[in-house]
Amino acid sequence: MAIKQELELRIKRTCLYDKHVNLGATIVEFGGFDMPLLYKNAGITAEHMAVRDTVGLFDVSHMGEVTVKGKDAERYVQHIFTNDIAGAPVGKIYYGMMCYENGGTVDDLLVYKMGENDFFLVINAANIAKDWAWMQDHAAGFDIDLQNCSDYYGQIAVQGPESEHVVETVLGLPCAEMTFYTCKEIKLPLSSESAGGEAVIISRTGYTGEDGFEIYASHDYIRDCWDKLIAAGVQACGLGCRDTLRFEVGLPLYGDELSEDISPIMAGLGMFVKLDKAEFIGKEALAKQKEEGVAKKLVGIELYDKAIPRHGYTVLNMEGEPIGEVTTGYHALSVDKSVCMALIDSQYAKLDTEVQIQIRKKVFPGKVVKKQFYNKNYKK
Amino acid sequence: MSKVIEGLYYSESHEFVRVDGGYGFVGITDYAQNALGNVVYVDMPEVDDEVTAGEEFGAVESVKAASDLISPVSGTVVEINEALEDQPELINQDAFENWIIKVELSNKSELDNLMDAKTYASFCEK
Repeated sequence: MAIKQELELRIKRTCLYDKHVNLGATIVEFGGFDMPLLYKNAGITAEHMAVRDTVGLFDVSHMGEVTVKGKDAERYVQHIFTNDIAGAPVGKIYYGMMCYENGGTVDDLLVYKMGENDFFLVINAANIAKDWAWMQDHAAGFDIDLQNCSDYYGQIAVQGPESEHVVETVLGLPCAEMTFYTCKEIKLPLSSESAGGEAVIISRTGYTGEDGFEIYASHDYIRDCWDKLIAAGVQACGLGCRDTLRFEVGLPLYGDELSEDISPIMAGLGMFVKLDKAEFIGKEALAKQKEEGVAKKLVGIELYDKAIPRHGYTVLNMEGEPIGEVTTGYHALSVDKSVCMALIDSQYAKLDTEVQIQIRKKVFPGKVVKKQFYNKNYKK
Repeated sequence: MSKVIEGLYYSESHEFVRVDGGYGFVGITDYAQNALGNVVYVDMPEVDDEVTAGEEFGAVESVKAASDLISPVSGTVVEINEALEDQPELINQDAFENWIIKVELSNKSELDNLMDAKTYASFCEK
Protein backbone atom coordinates (compact mmCIF):
# COMPACT_ATOMS: atom_id res chain seq x y z
CA MET A 1 0.00 0.00 0.00
CA ALA A 2 2.71 2.43 0.99
CA ILE A 3 4.68 1.56 -2.12
CA LYS A 4 1.71 2.08 -4.39
CA GLN A 5 1.04 5.50 -2.92
CA GLU A 6 4.62 6.51 -3.41
CA LEU A 7 4.47 5.53 -7.05
CA GLU A 8 1.31 7.50 -7.61
CA LEU A 9 2.66 10.61 -5.96
CA ARG A 10 5.90 10.61 -7.87
CA ILE A 11 6.19 13.44 -10.34
CA LYS A 12 5.85 12.11 -13.85
CA ARG A 13 7.97 12.86 -16.88
CA THR A 14 6.71 13.05 -20.43
CA CYS A 15 8.28 11.07 -23.26
CA LEU A 16 10.17 14.24 -24.24
CA TYR A 17 11.69 15.02 -20.85
CA ASP A 18 15.30 14.14 -21.79
CA LYS A 19 14.99 16.35 -24.88
CA HIS A 20 14.01 19.34 -22.72
CA VAL A 21 16.99 18.74 -20.46
CA ASN A 22 19.30 18.53 -23.48
CA LEU A 23 17.95 21.86 -24.73
CA GLY A 24 18.78 23.44 -21.38
CA ALA A 25 15.19 23.89 -20.25
CA THR A 26 14.30 25.19 -16.80
CA ILE A 27 12.12 22.40 -15.44
CA VAL A 28 9.12 23.05 -13.20
CA GLU A 29 6.41 20.82 -11.76
CA PHE A 30 3.03 21.36 -13.40
CA GLY A 31 -0.04 19.18 -13.04
CA GLY A 32 2.03 16.34 -11.61
CA PHE A 33 4.61 16.45 -14.40
CA ASP A 34 8.14 17.80 -14.67
CA MET A 35 7.72 20.23 -17.57
CA PRO A 36 9.88 22.79 -19.37
CA LEU A 37 9.14 26.36 -18.25
CA LEU A 38 11.47 27.97 -20.77
CA TYR A 39 14.53 27.07 -22.82
CA LYS A 40 18.06 28.34 -22.53
CA ASN A 41 19.06 30.87 -25.18
CA ALA A 42 15.43 31.76 -25.79
CA GLY A 43 13.20 32.48 -22.77
CA ILE A 44 9.53 33.33 -22.39
CA THR A 45 9.58 36.48 -24.53
CA ALA A 46 11.48 34.99 -27.47
CA GLU A 47 9.40 31.80 -27.37
CA HIS A 48 6.20 33.83 -27.19
CA MET A 49 7.17 35.94 -30.19
CA ALA A 50 8.21 32.86 -32.18
CA VAL A 51 4.64 31.58 -31.93
CA ARG A 52 3.10 34.95 -32.81
CA ASP A 53 5.50 35.61 -35.71
CA THR A 54 6.55 32.23 -37.13
CA VAL A 55 6.15 28.87 -35.39
CA GLY A 56 6.85 27.20 -32.05
CA LEU A 57 6.84 23.64 -30.74
CA PHE A 58 5.31 22.60 -27.40
CA ASP A 59 5.45 19.35 -25.48
CA VAL A 60 1.89 18.89 -24.25
CA SER A 61 2.19 15.19 -23.52
CA HIS A 62 1.09 15.88 -19.96
CA MET A 63 -2.49 16.36 -21.19
CA GLY A 64 -4.82 13.44 -20.52
CA GLU A 65 -6.76 11.45 -23.11
CA VAL A 66 -9.89 9.36 -22.57
CA THR A 67 -11.71 7.42 -25.25
CA VAL A 68 -15.45 6.77 -25.18
CA LYS A 69 -16.74 4.12 -27.54
CA GLY A 70 -19.82 1.94 -27.86
CA LYS A 71 -23.55 2.04 -28.41
CA ASP A 72 -24.25 4.82 -25.89
CA ALA A 73 -21.06 6.85 -26.40
CA GLU A 74 -22.78 9.95 -27.78
CA ARG A 75 -25.52 9.88 -25.14
CA TYR A 76 -22.83 9.54 -22.45
CA VAL A 77 -20.75 12.46 -23.72
CA GLN A 78 -23.91 14.56 -23.90
CA HIS A 79 -24.57 13.64 -20.25
CA ILE A 80 -21.20 14.78 -18.88
CA PHE A 81 -20.41 17.64 -21.30
CA THR A 82 -21.86 21.17 -21.40
CA ASN A 83 -21.57 21.68 -25.16
CA ASP A 84 -23.90 19.97 -27.65
CA ILE A 85 -22.43 17.34 -29.94
CA ALA A 86 -25.74 16.10 -31.36
CA GLY A 87 -25.52 15.45 -35.08
CA ALA A 88 -21.86 16.42 -35.25
CA PRO A 89 -20.01 15.27 -38.36
CA VAL A 90 -17.08 12.89 -37.89
CA GLY A 91 -13.90 14.93 -37.51
CA LYS A 92 -15.51 17.82 -35.61
CA ILE A 93 -14.11 19.03 -32.28
CA TYR A 94 -16.01 20.73 -29.48
CA TYR A 95 -14.74 22.75 -26.50
CA GLY A 96 -16.76 22.67 -23.30
CA MET A 97 -16.78 21.71 -19.64
CA MET A 98 -17.71 18.92 -17.31
CA CYS A 99 -19.61 20.42 -14.39
CA TYR A 100 -20.78 19.38 -10.96
CA GLU A 101 -24.48 19.37 -10.12
CA ASN A 102 -23.97 22.80 -8.49
CA GLY A 103 -22.49 24.26 -11.69
CA GLY A 104 -18.87 24.32 -10.49
CA THR A 105 -16.37 23.09 -13.04
CA VAL A 106 -14.82 19.61 -12.92
CA ASP A 107 -12.62 20.41 -15.91
CA ASP A 108 -12.65 22.05 -19.33
CA LEU A 109 -11.95 19.73 -22.21
CA LEU A 110 -12.01 19.05 -25.92
CA VAL A 111 -14.24 16.36 -27.42
CA TYR A 112 -13.08 14.92 -30.75
CA LYS A 113 -15.63 12.99 -32.77
CA MET A 114 -13.49 10.24 -34.31
CA GLY A 115 -16.43 8.20 -35.62
CA GLU A 116 -20.06 7.41 -34.87
CA ASN A 117 -20.18 6.66 -31.14
CA ASP A 118 -16.39 7.02 -30.97
CA PHE A 119 -15.04 10.01 -29.06
CA PHE A 120 -11.61 11.18 -27.94
CA LEU A 121 -11.62 13.47 -24.90
CA VAL A 122 -8.64 15.69 -24.03
CA ILE A 123 -8.43 16.76 -20.38
CA ASN A 124 -6.05 18.78 -18.22
CA ALA A 125 -2.97 17.07 -16.76
CA ALA A 126 -3.66 18.20 -13.21
CA ASN A 127 -7.18 16.77 -13.40
CA ILE A 128 -6.57 13.37 -14.97
CA ALA A 129 -7.18 11.34 -11.80
CA LYS A 130 -10.17 13.46 -10.73
CA ASP A 131 -11.75 13.46 -14.20
CA TRP A 132 -11.22 9.75 -14.70
CA ALA A 133 -12.95 8.99 -11.39
CA TRP A 134 -15.76 11.41 -12.30
CA MET A 135 -16.26 9.82 -15.71
CA GLN A 136 -16.35 6.31 -14.29
CA ASP A 137 -18.74 7.38 -11.54
CA HIS A 138 -21.18 8.70 -14.12
CA ALA A 139 -20.95 5.85 -16.60
CA ALA A 140 -23.56 3.65 -14.93
CA GLY A 141 -26.45 2.87 -17.24
CA PHE A 142 -24.47 3.60 -20.39
CA ASP A 143 -23.32 0.83 -22.71
CA ILE A 144 -19.84 2.22 -23.35
CA ASP A 145 -16.19 1.28 -23.31
CA LEU A 146 -14.34 3.98 -21.38
CA GLN A 147 -10.53 3.99 -21.52
CA ASN A 148 -7.99 6.27 -19.90
CA CYS A 149 -5.23 6.41 -22.55
CA SER A 150 -3.25 9.23 -20.92
CA ASP A 151 -0.13 7.13 -20.43
CA TYR A 152 -0.15 5.85 -24.00
CA TYR A 153 -0.32 9.15 -25.88
CA GLY A 154 2.46 11.63 -26.31
CA GLN A 155 1.35 14.98 -27.67
CA ILE A 156 2.98 17.96 -29.32
CA ALA A 157 1.50 21.28 -30.36
CA VAL A 158 2.89 23.13 -33.38
CA GLN A 159 1.64 26.69 -33.15
CA GLY A 160 2.02 29.86 -35.18
CA PRO A 161 1.41 31.21 -38.69
CA GLU A 162 3.97 28.84 -40.24
CA SER A 163 2.67 25.73 -38.51
CA GLU A 164 0.79 24.36 -41.52
CA HIS A 165 3.88 24.57 -43.68
CA VAL A 166 6.06 22.94 -41.05
CA VAL A 167 3.66 20.08 -40.30
CA GLU A 168 3.32 19.30 -44.00
CA THR A 169 6.94 19.63 -45.04
CA VAL A 170 8.89 18.52 -41.97
CA LEU A 171 6.51 15.89 -40.59
CA GLY A 172 4.91 14.90 -43.88
CA LEU A 173 1.42 15.01 -42.39
CA PRO A 174 -1.13 16.44 -44.85
CA CYS A 175 -3.10 19.14 -43.01
CA ALA A 176 -3.59 22.13 -45.33
CA GLU A 177 -7.19 21.25 -46.10
CA MET A 178 -8.16 20.87 -42.43
CA THR A 179 -10.43 23.57 -41.02
CA PHE A 180 -10.21 25.00 -37.50
CA TYR A 181 -11.42 22.65 -34.75
CA THR A 182 -11.40 19.53 -36.89
CA CYS A 183 -9.37 16.35 -36.55
CA LYS A 184 -8.46 13.26 -38.49
CA GLU A 185 -6.57 10.04 -38.09
CA ILE A 186 -3.60 9.38 -40.30
CA LYS A 187 -2.51 5.77 -40.62
CA LEU A 188 1.25 5.66 -40.95
CA PRO A 189 2.62 3.27 -43.59
CA LEU A 190 3.97 0.00 -42.18
CA SER A 191 7.36 1.00 -43.52
CA SER A 192 7.49 4.07 -41.26
CA GLU A 193 10.58 3.67 -39.10
CA SER A 194 9.30 5.11 -35.84
CA ALA A 195 5.71 3.95 -35.73
CA GLY A 196 4.75 1.78 -38.71
CA GLY A 197 1.05 1.04 -38.97
CA GLU A 198 0.17 3.34 -36.12
CA ALA A 199 -2.77 5.76 -36.34
CA VAL A 200 -1.81 9.32 -35.51
CA ILE A 201 -4.45 11.85 -34.48
CA ILE A 202 -3.96 15.38 -35.78
CA SER A 203 -6.22 18.35 -35.07
CA ARG A 204 -6.22 22.01 -36.04
CA THR A 205 -6.38 23.27 -32.48
CA GLY A 206 -4.23 24.94 -29.88
CA TYR A 207 -3.97 27.13 -26.84
CA THR A 208 -2.14 30.15 -28.18
CA GLY A 209 -4.63 32.16 -30.25
CA GLU A 210 -2.63 31.38 -33.38
CA ASP A 211 -3.22 28.87 -36.14
CA GLY A 212 -1.75 25.52 -35.23
CA PHE A 213 -1.96 21.79 -34.88
CA GLU A 214 -1.88 19.23 -32.12
CA ILE A 215 -0.61 15.73 -32.76
CA TYR A 216 -1.33 12.71 -30.57
CA ALA A 217 0.57 9.47 -31.06
CA SER A 218 2.81 6.87 -29.44
CA HIS A 219 5.82 8.07 -27.49
CA ASP A 220 8.16 6.82 -30.22
CA TYR A 221 6.42 8.73 -32.95
CA ILE A 222 6.13 11.92 -30.89
CA ARG A 223 9.84 11.79 -30.03
CA ASP A 224 10.60 11.37 -33.71
CA CYS A 225 8.42 14.38 -34.61
CA TRP A 226 10.11 16.48 -31.93
CA ASP A 227 13.59 15.67 -33.25
CA LYS A 228 12.62 16.47 -36.84
CA LEU A 229 11.03 19.81 -35.92
CA ILE A 230 13.96 20.87 -33.75
CA ALA A 231 16.39 19.86 -36.50
CA ALA A 232 14.34 21.99 -38.92
CA GLY A 233 14.92 25.00 -36.66
CA VAL A 234 11.50 25.23 -35.01
CA GLN A 235 11.72 27.01 -31.64
CA ALA A 236 11.00 24.81 -28.61
CA CYS A 237 8.48 26.59 -26.37
CA GLY A 238 7.86 26.03 -22.67
CA LEU A 239 4.90 26.38 -20.34
CA GLY A 240 5.91 29.96 -19.54
CA CYS A 241 4.98 31.26 -22.95
CA ARG A 242 2.09 28.80 -23.23
CA ASP A 243 0.58 30.73 -20.32
CA THR A 244 1.37 34.23 -21.66
CA LEU A 245 0.04 33.27 -25.11
CA ARG A 246 -3.24 31.78 -23.91
CA PHE A 247 -3.73 34.60 -21.43
CA GLU A 248 -3.38 37.35 -24.03
CA VAL A 249 -6.23 35.95 -26.10
CA GLY A 250 -8.42 35.37 -23.04
CA LEU A 251 -8.35 31.57 -22.97
CA PRO A 252 -9.06 30.18 -19.49
CA LEU A 253 -6.74 27.92 -17.52
CA TYR A 254 -8.38 25.45 -15.17
CA GLY A 255 -7.29 26.36 -11.65
CA ASP A 256 -7.15 30.07 -12.48
CA GLU A 257 -10.24 31.07 -14.47
CA LEU A 258 -12.25 27.87 -13.95
CA SER A 259 -12.47 25.74 -10.83
CA GLU A 260 -14.82 23.86 -8.54
CA ASP A 261 -15.98 27.31 -7.39
CA ILE A 262 -15.93 29.07 -10.77
CA SER A 263 -18.65 27.93 -13.14
CA PRO A 264 -18.46 28.44 -16.90
CA ILE A 265 -21.20 31.06 -16.56
CA MET A 266 -19.13 33.06 -14.05
CA ALA A 267 -16.12 32.70 -16.35
CA GLY A 268 -18.07 34.16 -19.27
CA LEU A 269 -18.01 30.85 -21.15
CA GLY A 270 -21.79 30.53 -21.46
CA MET A 271 -21.51 30.03 -25.21
CA PHE A 272 -20.08 26.57 -24.48
CA VAL A 273 -22.97 25.68 -22.17
CA LYS A 274 -25.95 24.58 -24.26
CA LEU A 275 -28.93 24.98 -21.99
CA ASP A 276 -31.31 23.90 -24.74
CA LYS A 277 -29.81 20.41 -24.55
CA ALA A 278 -32.20 17.84 -23.06
CA GLU A 279 -29.95 16.98 -20.14
CA PHE A 280 -26.43 17.19 -18.73
CA ILE A 281 -24.89 17.23 -15.28
CA GLY A 282 -25.12 20.73 -13.80
CA LYS A 283 -27.71 21.98 -16.27
CA GLU A 284 -30.24 23.14 -13.66
CA ALA A 285 -27.69 25.07 -11.61
CA LEU A 286 -26.15 26.69 -14.68
CA ALA A 287 -29.56 27.63 -16.10
CA LYS A 288 -30.37 29.28 -12.78
CA GLN A 289 -27.07 31.18 -12.82
CA LYS A 290 -27.73 32.39 -16.33
CA GLU A 291 -31.26 33.46 -15.50
CA GLU A 292 -30.67 35.07 -12.10
CA GLY A 293 -27.16 36.30 -12.69
CA VAL A 294 -24.01 35.38 -10.76
CA ALA A 295 -22.44 37.09 -7.77
CA LYS A 296 -18.99 37.17 -9.34
CA LYS A 297 -17.84 37.46 -12.92
CA LEU A 298 -14.56 37.05 -14.71
CA VAL A 299 -13.41 40.29 -16.34
CA GLY A 300 -10.36 41.77 -17.96
CA ILE A 301 -8.62 44.69 -16.21
CA GLU A 302 -6.09 47.01 -17.78
CA LEU A 303 -3.82 49.01 -15.47
CA TYR A 304 -2.68 52.51 -16.35
CA ASP A 305 0.73 51.85 -14.83
CA LYS A 306 3.24 49.12 -15.67
CA ALA A 307 3.01 47.31 -12.30
CA ILE A 308 1.96 43.73 -12.86
CA PRO A 309 -1.10 42.19 -11.25
CA ARG A 310 -0.43 38.53 -10.39
CA HIS A 311 -2.62 35.57 -9.48
CA GLY A 312 -4.23 36.09 -6.06
CA TYR A 313 -3.76 39.87 -5.78
CA THR A 314 -6.80 41.75 -4.45
CA VAL A 315 -9.02 43.89 -6.68
CA LEU A 316 -10.52 46.97 -4.98
CA ASN A 317 -13.27 49.39 -5.87
CA MET A 318 -12.49 53.11 -5.93
CA GLU A 319 -13.43 53.31 -2.24
CA GLY A 320 -10.67 50.80 -1.51
CA GLU A 321 -12.98 47.93 -0.58
CA PRO A 322 -12.05 44.44 -1.80
CA ILE A 323 -14.26 43.24 -4.66
CA GLY A 324 -12.36 40.24 -5.99
CA GLU A 325 -9.11 38.59 -6.96
CA VAL A 326 -6.76 38.44 -9.92
CA THR A 327 -6.83 35.01 -11.63
CA THR A 328 -3.98 35.56 -14.12
CA GLY A 329 -1.98 38.70 -14.81
CA TYR A 330 0.98 39.68 -16.93
CA HIS A 331 2.71 42.43 -18.67
CA ALA A 332 1.12 41.30 -21.96
CA LEU A 333 3.99 40.90 -24.40
CA SER A 334 2.15 41.43 -27.67
CA VAL A 335 0.46 44.66 -26.59
CA ASP A 336 2.96 46.01 -24.01
CA LYS A 337 0.38 46.59 -21.28
CA SER A 338 -0.16 45.39 -17.73
CA VAL A 339 -3.39 43.44 -17.84
CA CYS A 340 -5.12 40.68 -15.94
CA MET A 341 -8.18 38.52 -15.71
CA ALA A 342 -9.94 38.79 -12.38
CA LEU A 343 -13.00 37.36 -10.70
CA ILE A 344 -14.89 40.32 -9.21
CA ASP A 345 -18.32 41.25 -7.84
CA SER A 346 -20.70 41.40 -10.79
CA GLN A 347 -21.78 44.97 -10.08
CA TYR A 348 -18.29 46.12 -11.11
CA ALA A 349 -18.05 43.93 -14.20
CA LYS A 350 -19.30 46.48 -16.75
CA LEU A 351 -16.75 47.61 -19.33
CA ASP A 352 -14.86 50.80 -18.41
CA THR A 353 -15.68 50.53 -14.68
CA GLU A 354 -12.82 52.09 -12.70
CA VAL A 355 -11.18 49.62 -10.30
CA GLN A 356 -7.87 49.31 -8.46
CA ILE A 357 -5.48 46.48 -7.74
CA GLN A 358 -3.39 46.09 -4.63
CA ILE A 359 0.16 45.25 -5.73
CA ARG A 360 2.39 44.75 -2.71
CA LYS A 361 2.17 47.99 -0.69
CA LYS A 362 0.65 50.16 -3.40
CA VAL A 363 -2.70 50.46 -5.10
CA PHE A 364 -2.80 50.88 -8.87
CA PRO A 365 -5.81 52.20 -10.81
CA GLY A 366 -7.20 50.67 -13.96
CA LYS A 367 -10.43 49.85 -15.72
CA VAL A 368 -12.49 46.87 -16.77
CA VAL A 369 -11.83 45.85 -20.37
CA LYS A 370 -12.61 42.89 -22.60
CA LYS A 371 -10.89 39.67 -21.53
CA GLN A 372 -9.20 39.40 -24.89
CA PHE A 373 -6.08 41.56 -24.89
CA TYR A 374 -4.83 40.42 -28.27
CA ASN A 375 -6.82 39.28 -31.29
CA LYS A 376 -6.79 35.62 -32.23
CA ASN A 377 -5.36 34.74 -35.61
CA TYR A 378 -7.12 31.49 -36.34
CA LYS A 379 -6.79 30.32 -39.92
CA LYS A 380 -10.30 29.39 -40.97
CA MET B 1 29.14 33.91 -16.81
CA SER B 2 27.77 36.58 -14.59
CA LYS B 3 29.78 39.71 -13.98
CA VAL B 4 30.95 40.70 -10.48
CA ILE B 5 32.55 44.07 -9.79
CA GLU B 6 35.31 44.69 -7.25
CA GLY B 7 34.69 47.25 -4.54
CA LEU B 8 30.94 46.70 -4.20
CA TYR B 9 29.10 45.05 -1.32
CA TYR B 10 26.82 42.09 -2.04
CA SER B 11 23.87 40.45 -0.28
CA GLU B 12 22.78 36.81 -0.38
CA SER B 13 19.55 37.92 -2.04
CA HIS B 14 21.63 39.34 -4.92
CA GLU B 15 21.46 43.07 -4.30
CA PHE B 16 24.59 45.20 -4.44
CA VAL B 17 25.59 48.46 -2.74
CA ARG B 18 28.07 50.90 -4.25
CA VAL B 19 29.18 53.19 -1.45
CA ASP B 20 29.94 56.82 -2.17
CA GLY B 21 30.68 58.78 1.01
CA GLY B 22 27.64 58.58 3.25
CA TYR B 23 25.46 57.27 0.43
CA GLY B 24 24.81 53.82 -1.01
CA PHE B 25 23.57 53.06 -4.52
CA VAL B 26 21.48 49.87 -4.32
CA GLY B 27 20.60 47.64 -7.26
CA ILE B 28 20.46 44.01 -8.31
CA THR B 29 23.48 42.07 -9.50
CA ASP B 30 24.23 40.78 -12.97
CA TYR B 31 23.63 37.27 -11.64
CA ALA B 32 20.14 38.34 -10.50
CA GLN B 33 19.17 39.95 -13.81
CA ASN B 34 20.34 36.83 -15.62
CA ALA B 35 18.22 34.61 -13.42
CA LEU B 36 15.17 36.86 -13.79
CA GLY B 37 15.21 37.20 -17.56
CA ASN B 38 13.60 40.22 -19.21
CA VAL B 39 12.77 42.82 -16.59
CA VAL B 40 9.46 44.48 -17.43
CA TYR B 41 8.81 46.59 -14.35
CA VAL B 42 10.65 47.91 -11.32
CA ASP B 43 8.54 48.75 -8.29
CA MET B 44 10.51 51.45 -6.45
CA PRO B 45 9.93 53.23 -3.15
CA GLU B 46 9.57 57.00 -3.04
CA VAL B 47 12.13 59.60 -2.10
CA ASP B 48 12.18 60.12 1.70
CA ASP B 49 10.97 56.55 2.34
CA GLU B 50 12.94 54.69 4.99
CA VAL B 51 14.52 51.37 4.08
CA THR B 52 15.77 48.78 6.55
CA ALA B 53 18.51 46.24 6.07
CA GLY B 54 16.99 42.80 5.45
CA GLU B 55 13.56 44.20 4.61
CA GLU B 56 11.72 44.47 1.32
CA PHE B 57 11.75 47.87 -0.41
CA GLY B 58 10.25 47.11 -3.79
CA ALA B 59 10.20 44.47 -6.49
CA VAL B 60 11.59 43.62 -9.87
CA GLU B 61 9.12 42.03 -12.23
CA SER B 62 10.09 39.73 -15.05
CA VAL B 63 7.57 38.17 -17.41
CA LYS B 64 7.30 35.10 -15.23
CA ALA B 65 7.31 36.48 -11.70
CA ALA B 66 7.69 39.31 -9.23
CA SER B 67 10.84 39.18 -7.12
CA ASP B 68 11.06 41.20 -3.93
CA LEU B 69 13.93 43.61 -3.52
CA ILE B 70 15.56 43.26 -0.11
CA SER B 71 17.52 46.26 1.11
CA PRO B 72 21.09 45.41 2.09
CA VAL B 73 21.36 48.64 4.12
CA SER B 74 19.26 50.94 6.30
CA GLY B 75 18.64 54.60 5.67
CA THR B 76 16.59 57.16 3.81
CA VAL B 77 15.91 57.03 0.08
CA VAL B 78 17.26 60.27 -1.38
CA GLU B 79 16.90 59.41 -5.04
CA ILE B 80 15.32 56.76 -7.24
CA ASN B 81 16.54 55.84 -10.69
CA GLU B 82 13.72 57.37 -12.69
CA ALA B 83 15.09 56.05 -15.98
CA LEU B 84 13.89 52.61 -14.89
CA GLU B 85 10.28 53.77 -14.88
CA ASP B 86 10.22 53.89 -18.67
CA GLN B 87 13.10 51.56 -19.44
CA PRO B 88 13.19 48.72 -16.91
CA GLU B 89 15.19 46.72 -19.47
CA LEU B 90 18.22 48.88 -18.61
CA ILE B 91 18.73 46.45 -15.73
CA ASN B 92 19.25 43.63 -18.22
CA GLN B 93 21.64 45.75 -20.25
CA ASP B 94 23.84 46.66 -17.31
CA ALA B 95 22.66 45.79 -13.84
CA PHE B 96 25.54 47.43 -11.96
CA GLU B 97 25.32 50.69 -13.88
CA ASN B 98 21.56 50.92 -13.38
CA TRP B 99 21.17 51.17 -9.64
CA ILE B 100 17.60 51.35 -8.31
CA ILE B 101 17.74 53.59 -5.22
CA LYS B 102 20.26 55.93 -3.62
CA VAL B 103 20.17 55.66 0.17
CA GLU B 104 21.59 58.00 2.79
CA LEU B 105 23.15 55.37 5.03
CA SER B 106 22.10 55.48 8.68
CA ASN B 107 24.41 52.69 9.83
CA LYS B 108 27.53 52.07 7.79
CA SER B 109 28.57 49.16 10.02
CA GLU B 110 25.83 47.13 8.29
CA LEU B 111 28.17 46.91 5.31
CA ASP B 112 30.28 44.48 7.36
CA ASN B 113 27.46 41.94 7.09
CA LEU B 114 27.67 41.93 3.30
CA MET B 115 29.99 40.00 1.00
CA ASP B 116 32.87 41.33 -1.05
CA ALA B 117 33.17 40.58 -4.76
CA LYS B 118 35.26 37.46 -4.34
CA THR B 119 33.02 35.93 -1.68
CA TYR B 120 29.90 36.79 -3.70
CA ALA B 121 31.33 35.24 -6.87
CA SER B 122 31.90 31.94 -5.09
CA PHE B 123 28.48 32.26 -3.39
CA CYS B 124 26.87 32.40 -6.85
CA GLU B 125 28.69 29.31 -8.00
CA LYS B 126 27.18 27.17 -5.25
